[in-house]
Amino acid sequence: MISTGPEPLLTLKGLTKSFGTFKANDAVDLEIFPGEIHALLGENGAGKSTFVKMLYGALQPDAGEMIWRGKAVTIPNPAYARQLGIGMVFQHFSLFEALTVAENVAVALPGDTPLKKVAADLEAVSREYGLPLKAGAHVHDLSVGERQRIEIVRCLLGHPDLVIMDEPTSVLTPQEVDDLFTVLRQLASEGKAILYISHKLEEVRALCERATILRQGKIVGTCIPREETAASIAKMMVGADIHQIRPSKARSQSAQPVLSIRGLSMDSREVFGTRLKDVNLDLYPGEIVGIAGIAGNGQSELFDVISGERLAGRPEQVMLFGHPAGHEDISARRARGAVFISEERLGHATVPTLSLSENVILTRYRVNPGLKSGLFLNRGLAKSLLGTIVEKLDVRKSAEDPAAQSLSGGNLQKFIIGREVLEDPKLIIVNQPTWGVDAGSAARIRQTLVDLAESGAAILVISQDLDELFEFTDRLAAIAEGQLSAFEPVAETNRNAIGLKMSGAFSGVPA
Amino acid sequence: MRLELVKRGNPSKTLRFFSPLIGLALAVFTGAIMFAILGKNPLEALYVYFIEPLTELWSVHELLIKAAPLILMGAGLSICYLSNNWNIGAEGQFIMGALAGSIFPVLFTDMQGPIVLPLMLTFAIVGGALWAGIPALLKAKFNTNEILVSLMLVYVAELILDYLVRGPWRNPAGMNFPESVRFHQFARIPELMPADGRANWGFVIAILVAIALWVMLSRTLKGFEIKVLGTSPRAGRFAGFDAKKMVFFSFLIAGACAGLAGIIEVAGASGQLRPIISPGYGFTAIIVAFLGRLNPLGVIVAGLVLALTYLGGEAAQISLGLSDKVARVFQGALLLYILACDTLIHYRIRFVPTPKAQGSAADV
Repeated sequence: MISTGPEPLLTLKGLTKSFGTFKANDAVDLEIFPGEIHALLGENGAGKSTFVKMLYGALQPDAGEMIWRGKAVTIPNPAYARQLGIGMVFQHFSLFEALTVAENVAVALPGDTPLKKVAADLEAVSREYGLPLKAGAHVHDLSVGERQRIEIVRCLLGHPDLVIMDEPTSVLTPQEVDDLFTVLRQLASEGKAILYISHKLEEVRALCERATILRQGKIVGTCIPREETAASIAKMMVGADIHQIRPSKARSQSAQPVLSIRGLSMDSREVFGTRLKDVNLDLYPGEIVGIAGIAGNGQSELFDVISGERLAGRPEQVMLFGHPAGHEDISARRARGAVFISEERLGHATVPTLSLSENVILTRYRVNPGLKSGLFLNRGLAKSLLGTIVEKLDVRKSAEDPAAQSLSGGNLQKFIIGREVLEDPKLIIVNQPTWGVDAGSAARIRQTLVDLAESGAAILVISQDLDELFEFTDRLAAIAEGQLSAFEPVAETNRNAIGLKMSGAFSGVPA
Repeated sequence: MRLELVKRGNPSKTLRFFSPLIGLALAVFTGAIMFAILGKNPLEALYVYFIEPLTELWSVHELLIKAAPLILMGAGLSICYLSNNWNIGAEGQFIMGALAGSIFPVLFTDMQGPIVLPLMLTFAIVGGALWAGIPALLKAKFNTNEILVSLMLVYVAELILDYLVRGPWRNPAGMNFPESVRFHQFARIPELMPADGRANWGFVIAILVAIALWVMLSRTLKGFEIKVLGTSPRAGRFAGFDAKKMVFFSFLIAGACAGLAGIIEVAGASGQLRPIISPGYGFTAIIVAFLGRLNPLGVIVAGLVLALTYLGGEAAQISLGLSDKVARVFQGALLLYILACDTLIHYRIRFVPTPKAQGSAADV
């Protein structure tokens, strides 16, 4: 380490946090020095949020030590963190829209600070750091960048020695990003430490002196970002195991696309979701096409609009087997021979509390006419279909027909895949096919998909796992902030190029 | 110190099955303590309350009269609750059903004949369903809270009933008492065994409706849809089910059941409209639904149990001189204990000590 001169401001040793059996943070060590801008890098789900929540007192670690200025501390709550001198600027703002800037700052301050003093302090700080703010302005009139300034000023008024910034640029324009960097550099020059959380590599290279990289809850490396390329950092973030690549296939140009998406733009359903921007793609029979991307960049939005859980603006934006299907619901699209395998296995692809045979009915009642006779369900057929699925994909289960939630992740995913491929689908859309699945089940799942493609099905795989995508897809693109890059044959691209695209480095998207 | 509910890995099947019985036993035990505090012999009081009403035939008939609306509404509400739609306003739907059905005997007194009763039942079903349609519409269109809307509409319905029986629908020959005319014979629900007691065919209707709803829930795609949307709305959407349509479906079914219960009450036991036609059946039906495990067959049993608390309350008033509010205490304790049993069977309580700050704060 470079701890030759100054004493670290904060030292973390073996910080561990589990949720149930899932280890979100596994023995994380980290040192932060005064005056440095330190990046914490990792994909979504790598454990960054859990980590900073423990620093800020919002979560309690299961094990490990925190040493602040040489003394061991326990941080029971955010108020105590602020008292110590740890401030945080959250990714999602927590501001009252109807209140003024000064009032919003006052609610976060202890007790009875007069509003006039708050306003004066606030404007003083905002002048000092070049963060123009009017104390009397109402929040609902302000832009996103201005709102973030309130959060920053609010944090600075506590005179923190360590400022945690959680993905601060995800909502900013490039101009606002430059302004923010100026402020952060000024803070660092005053001796404040900054922990900067991001997955945007170019930013980190421009701003940060050191970077720590988290993957699956563990620290996998530290680096000096300026001495690395974005590609080499991406490699550390996503892992670099080399797998055998399935030879890509040349598709016959004459075939009609099975799925065709044209000019699809869409607002997100949720406040912090991702907008889809002008997505285009064609999927032909017999090929496996991959979309790489860090979670939260529009994958679920894209999945929902292809599956019909959300309808497209115009019917012809989603063409299924040559039919404009953008306004058809999910059952109608299934009836055309498409199947959808969603990322969330419990609560989306299955109902956790219902038995497996009932979960067979869930997506097949419209497609398999035998499951319904008149108004009544044919549970016997559902049970025998379950038997077929279990045998075909080697689903291990504890009882004859257990509740979906009692299966392990890998077995549940094998069940789901088995259910969807029962009737030889012509189009398979699958989001994160092997996420959190043990290696054996993952191999079986990929093999099943490959076999289906061999027999003529078109398969779209959305995944965070580059290894997987390189292993068995024919063409690849990346999605970043709702934009889809152009597809390239797998043989003509490489992991670093795709990793770069995943961070948004392709035409039109600011990195 | 903070309390946390931690989900149990493997909740006991036996306990889950016996949960309503445990709740019932605890409620009876609480009742015994309450009687002791009130200065009565607990055993004697419990006998008067729970056993005596079952020892005489006429009293069993009264039990069936009270059970009919509870079963009907409890079964309907089960559909609502299973689909995660919180209809608290069955009492109002009961009243509006009774009013809609009473149009014929009250306003068209000349209309006599066997057609009257079927018309009354139909109107009551539609009336109750429409009243339940209001919170459904507001929830589906504007995302309002159906608990508040359905509850507040109870008070509106009560005021409409009150206004009608004191005003335009008052019996002109009724000495100014706030009552409607007595329903003529074609507008009354026939009694089952007139020789033994007053119980009428309403009870049979209630049982048939409960069985029909059970068949729907357990055997049909619609029942499957109800359960899926109730437990996992996102999976429901994935299956192609429409959550908004389900809001209407469940509310309309529950409202129709409540409306039917309303007309069975006024065209059955009472035979006329009065300012108050229900001793809180619509609210008690909520307890019935949960005691019956939201299963219409279970609701039949639960409806009989809760009907007994009403009868026991009347008996306690007469032979022990206790307030009829005792019945409400029993019902409330019962719901509380059932919900507590269900929660504690699925979760365990953990005490989490508040973490204490250690070390010294830099800037304090």
